[in-house]
Order: sequence, then structure tokens, then C-alpha cells
Amino acid sequence: MLTAPLLLLIALCLLSGLSLVSPAVARHVPLGVAVAGAGFALLGIVALVAPDPVVWTLPFGPPGLPVRLALDGLSAWFLMLVGLVALAAGLGAPAAAPRRMQAALPLFLAGMVMTLLAADAATLLAGFEAMSLASFILVVGGQDSTDLRLAARRYLMFAALSVACLVPALGLMAAGAGDLGFAALRRAPPEGLVAACVMALVLVGAGSKAGLWPLHVWLPPAHAAAPAHVSALMSAAMTKVAAYVLARLLLDLAGPAQPLWFGVPLLVLGIVSAVAGALRANLEEDAKRLLACSTIENLGLILAAFGLALCFRAADLSAFAAMAAGAGLLLALAHAMFKTALFLAAGAVLQAAGSRRLDALGGLIHRMPWTAALALVGVLAAAGLPPLSGFAAEWLLLQGLLGAWRVGDLAFQLLGIAALAGAGLAVALGAAAMLRLFAMVFLGRPRTPRAAGALEAPAPLRAALLLTGFVTLLVGLFPGGFLALGAPALALLVRREADAGALALAAPEQAAHYAPLLAVGLLLAAGLLVRALIRRAGAPALVRGPAWDCGFAAPPPDLPFGDPATQPSAAGLAQPLRRMLGQPLLVVTEVVTMAPPGSPAPARLEAGFADPLESLALPALATARDRLAAGLDRLRDLTLRQALMLPFGALVALLALVAWLEAR
Amino acid sequence: MSALLTQALHIALMLALAPLLVGLVRFLKARMQGRQGPHPLQPWRNLAKLVRKRPVLAEGASWISRAAPYAGFAAALAAASLVPSFARGMAFAAMADLLLLAGLLALGRAAIVLAGHDVGTAFGGLGAAREMSFATFAEPALLLAAATFAILAGTTAIEGILAAIQEGGLGLRISLGLAALAMMAVAIAENARIPVDNPATHLELTMVHEAMILEASGRHLALWEAAAALRLTLWLALLAALFLPFGMAPPGLAPLGWLVGLGIFALKMLALALALAAFESAIAKMRVFRVPEFLGAAMLLGLLAALLLFVSTRLA
Repeated sequence: MLTAPLLLLIALCLLSGLSLVSPAVARHVPLGVAVAGAGFALLGIVALVAPDPVVWTLPFGPPGLPVRLALDGLSAWFLMLVGLVALAAGLGAPAAAPRRMQAALPLFLAGMVMTLLAADAATLLAGFEAMSLASFILVVGGQDSTDLRLAARRYLMFAALSVACLVPALGLMAAGAGDLGFAALRRAPPEGLVAACVMALVLVGAGSKAGLWPLHVWLPPAHAAAPAHVSALMSAAMTKVAAYVLARLLLDLAGPAQPLWFGVPLLVLGIVSAVAGALRANLEEDAKRLLACSTIENLGLILAAFGLALCFRAADLSAFAAMAAGAGLLLALAHAMFKTALFLAAGAVLQAAGSRRLDALGGLIHRMPWTAALALVGVLAAAGLPPLSGFAAEWLLLQGLLGAWRVGDLAFQLLGIAALAGAGLAVALGAAAMLRLFAMVFLGRPRTPRAAGALEAPAPLRAALLLTGFVTLLVGLFPGGFLALGAPALALLVRREADAGALALAAPEQAAHYAPLLAVGLLLAAGLLVRALIRRAGAPALVRGPAWDCGFAAPPPDLPFGDPATQPSAAGLAQPLRRMLGQPLLVVTEVVTMAPPGSPAPARLEAGFADPLESLALPALATARDRLAAGLDRLRDLTLRQALMLPFGALVALLALVAWLEAR
Repeated sequence: MSALLTQALHIALMLALAPLLVGLVRFLKARMQGRQGPHPLQPWRNLAKLVRKRPVLAEGASWISRAAPYAGFAAALAAASLVPSFARGMAFAAMADLLLLAGLLALGRAAIVLAGHDVGTAFGGLGAAREMSFATFAEPALLLAAATFAILAGTTAIEGILAAIQEGGLGLRISLGLAALAMMAVAIAENARIPVDNPATHLELTMVHEAMILEASGRHLALWEAAAALRLTLWLALLAALFLPFGMAPPGLAPLGWLVGLGIFALKMLALALALAAFESAIAKMRVFRVPEFLGAAMLLGLLAALLLFVSTRLA
């Protein structure tokens, strides 16, 4: 069972090496990544259908730390997801790219897959690091600019932070178990204070990779800077790998005997991320930054679902725990698909219309009908509308939150209700952001000549969009079937399967059902019925005429697409939400500058926003780092006696600590 | 079989009643304000006229402008077919869930918002942005109201809630009253009624719903207006079903019970239409940026309803 993924991993590494040597190979790297992705997706599905819990111990690795691999249910679910994203991203990637990027692309995929296949802590960390470093090369790899360098540096800092937290977390878990293998870790779950430390470290370590608030500041610039197919891989697949690490460590390895509070930080931070990310997505004026912020939102919802599953499990509500964990898995799959589609579409738009700025686009539905229609599928799924995948997953999550009161604790009941309101807010904000994106890019009139002359995306990219659209529709129509497919993963997460038929989702004990096929049938029947009625009424054919626009005069001939100022701008569409919700989570500014009386100069309105974590917290952190560096600099000027005393003192202190720990 | 029959009758009733209800509210409002007012059947006549008229499509319009009215109407009709009116036990009762209802309403909203953006006019975008920002407050408020039912009846399925009510398990509770207030506020916002929006105006700066369909004409406009009327009807029917839960015919074939249920349903709708007309006549439209306070109050009421439930279950 593991032979095939291992061979694919080796092939990816070979592809990476050869692409550095031969330009002919480098041209075919995206194709290779797509083929490998298809292979991984198939293997994931096969492993979900026929789980095979064997662990392979490979005869290499550091002494005493053999590499152990396994493909269990949880790994298989995420392997399927990463494989599908890699297939679509490989299809949508341009063949020509700088060579270091072509070499890093297969390594990136290999790193993610290695993280998923790892069956011991060291291999997991090695895969995670390979993934981080390869994606760093991919972020830097584009054209050189100050923005890019800033984004790459910030990305690297957060990657370092995440490994600096994951290593001690895994160390703490392994210390109790005496071995790095997952089987041993599972037998010795952390307790009490150690569990709290593990929880905090994993939250920072995996959470910063997943873009959990307040560790999300690297995400929007990095996703905006990278090429579209890399953004798709990072946003749709890499953040999911981080979510996988989180689920693996906190839900699977930390064991089912954790108390109720264990899931609360995850739930709270997840909901806060969802709201903050969705709100920011409504204000962003760059298509890819907007999509990156929506990734923060969706990852927040996924992690909140996992946190909720932890809480339900602690309260012995295993049916609800299965529903919440199932919501997390479905959300992950749904988000992986529609976000890949949207990033690829944003890349196609950048290629065709020359800009990512919403204010430079518009009207592309006429020039790029295929891209627009397929992006619309992604947008509607991301907006959480029935009958697409986003709604099915969010339905499960909201049903889970609606059942949170069943956990008897009053404080948790209050938290559950607040989380429900927050999730509702995030979902509605996400819908607003997605519709705004589609409207600014594809609807209305072109805002620049370049957008008016855009060309349709190339055929492979359309094929990739077709694939993601198809899976989005499939997940939306058969969410119960996908949940049944994910049963081995759920068995690891909550030791139980979710209640679902093949055609419908069900909330346990709540007697609520969601049957997407019936909903689609109802919608289609209603639409066709009214269409037939109107046909029968003998309605005359359409005519075209100038837009009414409340009687605005036609624009002069030098403005072929009308007066651009009469079309809403990105900042204009954001204005209601910026004023209503902007202030607590973000710092919003609106400055009106009036010309002095008598002057013919126009009045100006300048509106913008800043993320306080970016504009306040990061500079403060940088100052602290400089001060720390300056303080450490003084160590160089120590006298010989002091320089000898320092390590000796440290040694004595450490020995005392060990003695104290032994005595306990 | 009887379930299918009830369902078909219900859908026919909703379709027939929707424009009439809009006309009735307008008529009642006019009389309360001392005007003659148009005949209550006027919306029906308007629809019949609009369907026969030749639609004019703006030059920059894409297929979105042509497909969206059908999508919006289908979403409204699908939602309306899920909310029981005169009898319980309809064929679609198994899928009638408050979350799906919210999803279908959101689908209709997405259709109208996309249509508003499609031509690229200033008012369309303005209305669309406002509509989406109101929805960000209305949706959590609706969820919190649904949470009250999820706690009291243990389900968000409308049929399950009705069953729990008829068994008498819920009784008269303060929480239900608070949830009713929250849901009414959401209904007012969702249907673009005063004080959130003025359904009678074409004054550009105050309109939200009308601004998005400025470019629609002929059958497209008819579909948008019919969808809006259906939405108003389904919200009033939902409020009637959840908070005035008496007089509904039981599941099964019961022609006499249906007649009685129909009569009682008509009375409930009349009462709600009167209340809506009186409320709209008595209150002034509020500034756009005060709407969050209005819907925020609804959210707080929903939160309070759930809190009271938690505390009361502890005291009991």
C-alpha cells in the first residue's frame, strides 16, 4: 500500500533534481506535479475505501530514529485533498518559470505528502520543514521587489516560529512516551500542565502555518506575492496540512481523555480568525489578498470545528463530536477545491487583464466567459450557498454549534451561543466578500483598457477550473457520501462515525436533515415551472437598450465604457461594512479633505484600513528583537572569568532542574 | 399521497397569496395614512402587465441579468414551499430546516446582488453593498433565534418544532417572546420594509432593494417583484407558524381540517398585515448606518433568549 506513494515521492525528488539540470525537464515540471497529484488523490481514495493500518519502518534516517510511514484514515483524507489541489494547480501552472521555482514545486508537494504520511514525530517535522522551505523558495521565486522581499522575510520568520514551537510540543509528548512513533505517543497522552503546554505550543506552531488569528499576518502578503498556482497550493493545500498536524496532535495523539477546556482555545481562536479574516476580505482591494483573507476565515472555521469536536468528545457526546469533526473534514475539502479554483482564476485574470487590483478590472464576464462561469461556481461555494459544497459543510458546523448547549456546563453553553453568533457573522461576511470579488472582477464595465481587451484563459487552466468546479458540485450534492468516505478519518479523530446517508446529512438527536439533491430538485422545478409559465404567457423577445441608471446621460464618445467614476469602486463597495464593523478588529480611516472656499479643486475622500497586528504588533516585536540583540551583543564583551562562569552557572542550573524533576 | 396534495395546495396558496398580501399591506397602509390607496389586487395586475411587456436589457448586461431573476424567484419559491401555512405534514417537511431556509434566502440575495452589479451602474452597486452588509447582521440574529428553538425543541427542523409545540412541551416562555422580536426584526430587514428600507420609494439615496433592480424590466422585473412578495409571505407565514402555533390542520388527509386551517391562516396573515401596516405607518425610516443598531438589538435579544433558557433550566 505504501509502495506507490513512496515511489511517487522519490519520483518528485528526482523531477526536482533533473529540472535543475535540464531545461526540457523543467518545462514539464507542472505536468509531473499534476500527474503525481492525481496519483496521490487516487491513493488517498483507495486508502479511505480499504484502510490498511500497516506502519513501514524505512532502513534510513538518523541513528535510533528510523523513518516510519503510514497511511491511515486521517492521512488518506488529507492526501486525497492535497492530491486534488496539486492536480488542478499543476494543470493551471504556466510551463515557463524561473528554474529554481520549477525545482522547488515538486519538493513542495513532496514535503506536504511526507508530513501526511509520517508515522513518527521526526519524520513529521522533517516533512513540515521541507514544505516550509520549498514554499519559501516559491514565494521568493517571482520577480524581485521590496513588497516581495518583505512578504518572503515575514513568511520565513513565521515558518521558523512554527517549527520552534512544534519541536518542543512533540518533545513534550515524546518525553512521556519514550519513543517518537505515533503508536507510542498515542499510548501516553499528555496530562494536566503538560497537556496545556502541548496545546499552546501546537496552537502557535501549527496555527501560525494555518493562518490562525493573531498569527495570520504573513498570509495575505505571501499569497499575493506568489504566482497563482503556488498561491493555490499554499492556500488550499499547505494550510490544510497545518490543520492536519493540528488535528493529528490534538485530536488523535493527545487521546480522548482530555478535559473540556482542551478544545476551548481552538474553538475561540478559530471563530475569531473566521470573523477577522472575513471582515478583512471585505475591505481588501487586491484580488489575491482578498482570497488570502478568505483563507484565514475558512481555516478559522475548520479549526473551530475541530475545537468543537474536542469539547463534545470531552463531554461524551460522541455523535456530536463526529458531526463537528465531519464538518471540519468537509470544510477542508470544500475550501481546498473552491480556493484552488479562485486562485487559478485570479491568476488567469492577472495574465489576461494585467492586474490584481479590483479597481483595474471589471466586465471580464464578456471577455472570459468560461473563467467567469467556473469562478462563479467557486464564488457561490465560498459564499456558503446551497446546493454547493460550502453550504453543506457550514450546515454541519452550524448544527454542531446549535447543539453546543448539550454540554452541561453553563460557561460552555454561553461560549457556544457566542460562537454560533460569530460563525454566523463570519459566514455572512464571507459571502459578502466573495460576491464583491466576483462583481468587481467579472461584472459591470471594464475599468481599464487592458481589462476591456482581456483574452480567455488557456485550455489547461480551464480544464483545472472544470475539475475543481466538478468536485465542488459533487461534494455539494453528495456531502453524506463524502462523510462516509471519510469515516476512517473520523474514527481516528473521535473514535466514531458520523450519522449520514449517502444522499443527505443528518444532525444526531436534532432530527434535522439536509438533502441537497432534493433542494436542487426543488430549485430546478421552481425555476423551470416559472419559465414555462412565462413562455406560455407569450412573452415577447428581449431588446437591448442603453442602461437606464436613473436617467444618467450617455457618456461622451471619449469614454467608450462610460464614466468610470459612476461605477462602484472597491473601497466604495466596502464602505458600509468598513463603517459598521471596521473599528474593533481593524483600524479604519476615512479622511475628507475639502478644498478651501472659492477654490475649484475637488474635495477628496480617502478611505483605508490597517490590521492592528500588522501596523502595531509587528513593529513592536521588531523593536523588542533589536533590543534583545543589543543585549546579547554585550555577552561578547565579557571578561574571561565571566565567560567561564556563564556556562558553568547554566550547567548547575540545569542539573538542579533535573534533580528537582527527578525528585517529584 | 395526502402529503403531496397538501404540498401542492400550499405552493398554489403561496403563489396566489403573495402579491395579494403585498397589495393588502399597501392598501391598509394607505387607509391608515388617510389616503385612498390602490386596490389590493393591484400588484397582481402589475405582474400580469409586466409579464406581457417586452423587456429591455441594458447594453452592458451579461447572462447574469437574464438568469438571476429566475434563480431569485426559484430560491424564494423553494423557501416558501418549506414554510407550513394551513396544515402540517407536507411532502417537503422532512427537509424544511431553518438553516436550509436561511441558505435559500441567501441564495436569492446573491442572485439579486449579482444582478445589481451586472450592468455597472452606480445605484446597483450601492444597493448591493448595503444589502450584503445588512445581511451580515441579519444572519447571526436569525441563527440566534433558531438557537432558542434548537434548545427548546431540540431541533431546527420546522416540522419538529411544530410537533414539540403541539405536544405542549414548550409552553409560554419569555425566551420565545424575545426570539419572536429578534425574528421580526430580521424579517423587516430581509423584506426591505420601513425602518430599514422603504419599499415604496425610488428616492435614490434611501433605497436598497429597489436600487438593485433599477435596470430590470418586463418579465425580469415581474420575477423580482414576485420573489419579493413571496419572501414577505414566507416570513409572515414563518412567524405565524412558530409564534402563533394554533389552528393548523394535522398531518394526513383532512379536507375539513384544511378548510378550518385555511381560515385561521387567513386570519393570522390579516392580523400580521395589519400589524405591519400599523408599524410602518407609525415609524420613520432610519439612517442606513443606524440599521446595525436595529439588527444588533435583534442579535442581543436572541442572545438574551438563549441565556434565559440556560439559566431557567438550571433553576427548574
